[in-house]
Amino acid sequence: MLKKRAKQGPGEINAGSMADIAFLLLIFFLVTTTMDTDAGILRLLPPVVEDVETDVVIERNVYVVLINDADQLLVEGQMMDIKGLRDGAKEFMTNPANSLDLPEKHQVTAAECQQKIAEYKAGVASAANENDKQAFQDLLGKWEGKLKAVQLLGEYMELPNSALISLQTGSKTSYDMYVQVQNELEAGIRELRDELAREKFGRKFSELDEKKDEDKDLIKAVRLVYPQRISEAEPVDLTKKKPA
Amino acid sequence: MSRFKEKKGGTPAISTASLPDIIFMLLFFFMVTTVMRETDLKVKITLPEASETVKLEDKALVDYLYIGPPVSEALGTEPLLQLNDQYAKLDEIDPFVKAGNERRDEVLRPKITRSLKVDKKTAMKIVTDVKQELRKSNALKINYSTAQAR
Repeated sequence: MLKKRAKQGPGEINAGSMADIAFLLLIFFLVTTTMDTDAGILRLLPPVVEDVETDVVIERNVYVVLINDADQLLVEGQMMDIKGLRDGAKEFMTNPANSLDLPEKHQVTAAECQQKIAEYKAGVASAANENDKQAFQDLLGKWEGKLKAVQLLGEYMELPNSALISLQTGSKTSYDMYVQVQNELEAGIRELRDELAREKFGRKFSELDEKKDEDKDLIKAVRLVYPQRISEAEPVDLTKKKPA
Repeated sequence: MSRFKEKKGGTPAISTASLPDIIFMLLFFFMVTTVMRETDLKVKITLPEASETVKLEDKALVDYLYIGPPVSEALGTEPLLQLNDQYAKLDEIDPFVKAGNERRDEVLRPKITRSLKVDKKTAMKIVTDVKQELRKSNALKINYSTAQAR
């Protein structure tokens, strides 16, 4: 009898409770898990500049959006409802009627790009020091990007470099209002990009994939035509401006 | 005769031997997808809604700043800033940013996003102040965290 037992070895452990243990762990993770991924409006702050160069601001190139403490909007000197902001931003970016109050657009042509590229290539070759060379190199890259955009989109109207949307708030403006305004401005630019991408490539801008090589240039080109320049301006004390 | 006997036995019980496997599969799924909440919120936050949002892909490269009225009413209703697990003053933002940079590899540092989770009723003053502090600390990539608009 004893011999027989030894041959059988130790008895099997009952695994019936395995499921219960697994269930317990499962429920723990179910409860602690958070599926929501954080989403929001991405912005790049301007770096701090020590001595602020006061650039000559060309008024027509800046779209001024002010929000006061009572969450009211003043856009380009006029009261506006937030519903009109999207179209306002679009009008500013496109200037369809070539209005004198909106940015003057400049037509970018392939010939111009090639001429500039040749010019800057000569500049790189003949640059006296490293700094100059780098500056020429940067300009060269910029115009090469423009040439690519012309090849992809055809000749396009370019916004001046100083064109931007300037957003300023009061100190008691609600954060909700601020985000809504940011959202509307963003939406205006996104719609313009979508329209352009759909017209030229048959796809929405948001459907282009940055990770795909063939889409990369398309995204760059569309961004050149409609750049997103919303300024996170230095806080300006709105109350101080008013003469007492 | 044998036919009748079978009927009496009824349907055989379904084997539950594979039940643990199924549960384990679910368990692993949740274990992999789960992200533990790192901080206890000490401020009440209702995020504003927006439609033009970008998802933050890499959670490891996001630092959070919370702004909102404190949870405990003894501290009043003025919005406060919370960093990590405690209330903080504006001058604590710089060390916070630096600590965030220290934790990451040098190559990844420019990619760190500071996500501002701000209650929608907050007045802009504190938000502007925080933004200025972030600029001074050279943390320029920020995100206004929002809820998805329906």
